[in-house]
Amino acid sequence: MTQTIMDTGNHIAGYACRAARAEVIAAYPITPQSPVVEQIAEFVEKGKMDAKYIRVESEHSAMSACIGAAAAGARTFTATSAHGLALMHEMLQWAAAARLPIIMSVVNRAMGPGWNIWADFSDSLSQRDTGWLQFYCADNQEIFDTIIQAYKLCEDKRVVMPAMVCHEGFILSHTSMPVEIPDQSAIDEFLPPYNPAWTLDVDKPLTHGSLIYPEWYMEFRYFMHKALENAIRLIPEIDKEYGRRFGREYGGHVECYRCEDADLLLLSMGTIGSEAKTAVDRLRNRGHKVGAARVRVFRPFPKEQIRNLAEKPRMLTVIDRHISYGMEGPLFTEVKASLYGNKETPLMAGYIAGLGGRDVTFLDIEGIARKSLKDLKTGRVEKEVKWIGLRK
Amino acid sequence: MDRFKEVKGMVKLKELPREEYFLTGNATCAGCGLSIAIRMAYKALGPRTVFVVPACCASVIHSPFPNTAFATPCLNIAFEAAAAAASGVVAAYEKRGVKDVTVLAWAGDGGTADIGIQALSGAAERGTNFIYVCYDNESYMNTGIQRSGSTPYGAWTTTTPTGKKQHKKNVPLIMAAHDIPYVATACTSYPLDLISKLRKAKEIKGPKFIQILTPCPPGWRFPTEKTIETGRLAVQTGMWALFEVEHGELKLNGPSARLLDKSKRKPIEEYLKGQGRFRHMTSEDVEVLQKWIDRSWEKYKKLQSM
Repeated sequence: MTQTIMDTGNHIAGYACRAARAEVIAAYPITPQSPVVEQIAEFVEKGKMDAKYIRVESEHSAMSACIGAAAAGARTFTATSAHGLALMHEMLQWAAAARLPIIMSVVNRAMGPGWNIWADFSDSLSQRDTGWLQFYCADNQEIFDTIIQAYKLCEDKRVVMPAMVCHEGFILSHTSMPVEIPDQSAIDEFLPPYNPAWTLDVDKPLTHGSLIYPEWYMEFRYFMHKALENAIRLIPEIDKEYGRRFGREYGGHVECYRCEDADLLLLSMGTIGSEAKTAVDRLRNRGHKVGAARVRVFRPFPKEQIRNLAEKPRMLTVIDRHISYGMEGPLFTEVKASLYGNKETPLMAGYIAGLGGRDVTFLDIEGIARKSLKDLKTGRVEKEVKWIGLRK
Repeated sequence: MDRFKEVKGMVKLKELPREEYFLTGNATCAGCGLSIAIRMAYKALGPRTVFVVPACCASVIHSPFPNTAFATPCLNIAFEAAAAAASGVVAAYEKRGVKDVTVLAWAGDGGTADIGIQALSGAAERGTNFIYVCYDNESYMNTGIQRSGSTPYGAWTTTTPTGKKQHKKNVPLIMAAHDIPYVATACTSYPLDLISKLRKAKEIKGPKFIQILTPCPPGWRFPTEKTIETGRLAVQTGMWALFEVEHGELKLNGPSARLLDKSKRKPIEEYLKGQGRFRHMTSEDVEVLQKWIDRSWEKYKKLQSM
């Protein structure tokens, strides 16, 4: 029976891990991720979840243990934040190139120094080129649904890659919302047991991850790239199937809100995307044709979908919760790169906002939109990248 | 598969299986001590063994893609990650009801004493049911002979061109301090002792740690036909002690059992003179090393009488 519970984003990630029937969890605590692993520990120790839980001594070991477990044929899960994710970096590369569909909950947190435990995307976006799929959630229900969908997608024989399902520290991680937990048998039907093509099996011996010379290496990297290209096709299919079964879908790669006739499109990821809806409503009430597009998946990047979205609006404004120093916000870069070659491109502006947990309210977003509406009037963007709310 | 069961006491030569699971065509150097250790480990543990191998000589010599010299499964893993990855393999097997497979982490001394010691300590503390073997060739050989925490005092390496100024880290005693059920040392020059210890480890539940001294002709600078002799001299001079620690109780064994009396140990010069890596050592250096050996044996004596 479907149950509606009221709980935090972190606990909901734990519920999703249980609902997915993860068999091995290896994790190390870090703020703001800790309640994820506490919730799982509670499930495992109280017999509410049949899994092995390895309390490792570092995040590097967490990912290494997940790799060992996944290679031995188990469905695996872990969770981390910020410095924990950075410490994993080497093993993120390993998990992806070893083609192991590990699912990780990343509770987004800023990198130090100075120490900052609050949200931005500097941790996960710094892992862009590891081969991991990256999903960004905007509410607790989406955390649950995306983790389940991610297992389905990543274990598909056309993908076989790991994924991080990200949600912002404290904004979602420690905020309670009502979440529907579907009936377990319905989830089991959607997500059958993990059935890997190869494992560490003494009866079918294989060496995994052996030394590889230049004449072979490139092909394996090409296959990883193809896998992510396959994933971009499968994401909306799986989202639709999930929607048919459970009544919720998220628009595949990009969730669009009042985009159809918009002159100005506000693009963002995570909770800024849901906050943007309020700003859009307020601006629409005053007759401005503004829409919000929330990018749910950053890798693989939905180039085609962004290109289609950019056909009608006269301006795209991108709000990034991260800065690639010396360049701009990474989402802004990807959006611009996706549009290269389009006959006509809209005006574009990038905004850096909400680093280190600084609040980004609908009023901030409305302010950004109003600046863009002004740019639209003059037909030119005064300054391509602006930082929002900087102290004078 | 009885041949791979533990036999009480020392295994006999004729009891060893004839099957080879470390296959021909591997890429070891001539006279490689490590290759002897792998072959003996397979003879001890048999075909239902899964290797977990971090970056080290073993990762390079066994499997240039698409070939492999291991007849059983092997998970290659990053340098510092052997014990953690093995923990994951063990957990997956436990969850999936795979009971008769030995999980064997097989790492070099750099991957054990230095970069991998955190993961090893964690896996030991958690009681992981696996065997961790450190094959100790006393340097980063695979990367071109750089000093490790396990390199002995005085030894030349490419990063200690005038000789190492610090003594060798005693990882077996560090592991014994974790109070795990079984810690042992071995040397490829004493294969029956090595096999007996591995078989014993196989039958014990929980973390088992075995450090095997594996002489390395190119790294230690001795002729390729002297591997066995060099290992024997390491033991006979007391430079390397053969012992077991079971739940904190240390017991010297094999030829080392007779060497507590200092007069029974050959002078260290006999070990040093055969190896180019020690050639530049002064008589003062030799004295420093001899004193360290004697102190180590005093420690073993105390630990054995505890």
